[in-house]
Amino acid sequence: MMQMTFARALNSGLRRSLDNDPKVILMGEDIGTLGGVFRVTDGLQKDFGKHRVVDTPLAESGIVGTAVGLAYRGYRPVVEIQFDGFVYPAFDQIVSQVAKMHYRSRGTVKMPITIRIPFGGGIGSPEHHSESPEAYFAHTAGLRVVTPASPQDAHTMIQQAIACDDPVVFFEPKRRYHDKGEVDETLDPNSAPPMGQARVVTDGSDVTLVAYGPLVKTARDAATAAADEGVSVEVIDLRSLAPVDFATVEASVRKTGRLVVTHEAGQSGGLGAEVAASITERCFYHLEAAPVRITGFDVPYPYSKVEMHHLPNLDRILDGVDRALGRPNSLSGLEG
Amino acid sequence: MVQLITPAGERVSHPEYDPWVKDVSDEQLCSLYEDLVVIRRIDKEATALQRQGELGLWPPLLGQEASQVGSVRALRDDDFIFPSYRENGVAYCRGVDVKDILRVWRGAASGGWDPYKFNLAIPQIVIGAQTLHATGYAMGIQNDGADSAAIVYFGDGATSEGDVSEAMVFAASYQVPLVFFCQNNHWAISEPVRVQSHTQLVERGTGFGIPSMRIDGNDVLAVMAATRVALDRARRGGGPTFIEAVTYRMGPHTTADDPTRYRDPNELEDWAAKDPIGRVHALLDRKGLFTEEFETSVRTKADAVARDLRAGCVGMPDPEPLDVFKHVYSTPNSWLDRQQDHYSRYLASFGDPEAAEQEEGAR
Repeated sequence: MMQMTFARALNSGLRRSLDNDPKVILMGEDIGTLGGVFRVTDGLQKDFGKHRVVDTPLAESGIVGTAVGLAYRGYRPVVEIQFDGFVYPAFDQIVSQVAKMHYRSRGTVKMPITIRIPFGGGIGSPEHHSESPEAYFAHTAGLRVVTPASPQDAHTMIQQAIACDDPVVFFEPKRRYHDKGEVDETLDPNSAPPMGQARVVTDGSDVTLVAYGPLVKTARDAATAAADEGVSVEVIDLRSLAPVDFATVEASVRKTGRLVVTHEAGQSGGLGAEVAASITERCFYHLEAAPVRITGFDVPYPYSKVEMHHLPNLDRILDGVDRALGRPNSLSGLEG
Repeated sequence: MVQLITPAGERVSHPEYDPWVKDVSDEQLCSLYEDLVVIRRIDKEATALQRQGELGLWPPLLGQEASQVGSVRALRDDDFIFPSYRENGVAYCRGVDVKDILRVWRGAASGGWDPYKFNLAIPQIVIGAQTLHATGYAMGIQNDGADSAAIVYFGDGATSEGDVSEAMVFAASYQVPLVFFCQNNHWAISEPVRVQSHTQLVERGTGFGIPSMRIDGNDVLAVMAATRVALDRARRGGGPTFIEAVTYRMGPHTTADDPTRYRDPNELEDWAAKDPIGRVHALLDRKGLFTEEFETSVRTKADAVARDLRAGCVGMPDPEPLDVFKHVYSTPNSWLDRQQDHYSRYLASFGDPEAAEQEEGAR
């Protein structure tokens, strides 16, 4: 075990995949000599060559579309979209081609493509650099959508994503790139918990708090703060956003009776709505209160001087926990 | 524009391109003619099947037979093809069962054949998207150190799509073994090619630094020669080639539109005079090869294919209800498994229809 940053853990995981399978090929803008704008691919081109770690032209649809062709020929492409807000030019190739090729070809053509996207806010960037587009992809049949929240998960989940025969949209919480954690680089990804499985991060008995990606740390901090007030919060890191491991969330809600979901993405049509509705269907009679969503607003991602108002923080999450518990909160007295 | 057979059926010489088809024997010329005729017959029969309600839609290739036959016949079996939705003639020449060509248009599948069996991708409907797939595939060929090539088919309308430009950027940048085969059939549904481009399409390729050829797409020999030139360049590490095959779509875009609403009938007449089949017929006649016996054998073949097509189409079993869930993922997905389970229960709630029928009969 050693301490390493989230970005370094990804780098190490990518290296292992390149080492283990000659069909793995990395593609993206500036991923070669520069090592990516976040240095996630640092040193990989030097060690694996220009044909394994490919600097591409600046064309997102081209990056994903050529990956489709490479997958057609038996490769396992791992493409980097430089920033969340730049994925939209590749949207057609992802949702109409990558996602549907296996279905359209009646299972004869596999698309084991991993699409890495740094996502989320909190780093003071200009527009198009802080978006949370996960719901678009989670809504698309044929794709798997995952997001690790810790360096260890980053290390194992990237290897699992690359090994998966289905396409995986792999969201990397960019404001956690420099966070450090213990990573066992020798951990076999086959024996680690599968990437589709949610994880109970903090045990608790009063409220279930569901988070993913960049907000898992915030949710854990909220749970610690709540404990000081005598409220026991169970934090769940979803890890997979499509499909969501509802069984794990359901088991928690059956125990606590209360559900809070938090994400940076806007509220309407988001993952929070999916979790709230599915959990309500599955364990309506165990719920003591309506599920609560603490999310970003339905606004274009705001400029950096006000982004802290948009992003759910510890206090907004705790206010949501109070709502779920029926304790005095900012919306007390409001009906509906 | 490169032409080796005139519309009147005269074989004209071209010092640069003649060597590429000098091996084409009389026998092979006859076989090319047969392909052209059979493909036109497939088109006619499929259009009729659509009119009879057996197909949901059909995209005719009437008039483009030479572009498809000439190019696909230049390929080796290990060359990989990325077609659009109109390359039904290509699929036929590649050996795909005619009923499998219809499967997509009948609505019984989204892809009718195994791409790896024929080295032929399933049809692409999103305009130009397949040009990137072909480019990526050719990058793979290059990485593998193989001497095969990829070819991608698209139309004049597709050249306006960003994906096609991106594909040419990637292909030129990495010098991959790929042939961009643009069938300029002059119409993108109702929009003439002048709405797509201010210059000749062949200049698109040149602008990306890709060697480009403008050829008579209704001339099966010219198409074959140009495609062989491009493939040879690809195999020898010379990178991509852009071919503009100038042809004409004589029917509608699909059976859903009506070209009389947007097209001058004189234009159709002009192009009918340049028909790809008529000129090979005339050439064979000049050579004394168009005998009664030959004519009968071609007609017999076309009749047989048409019969297979019709029988294969109407006899095609419908997919099973739960097939809707198949192949979305190659590994289990808990969301989808649950939906399938619930829908199975719903279907089962009606009981076994066969058993119910038997019970009814017994009463």
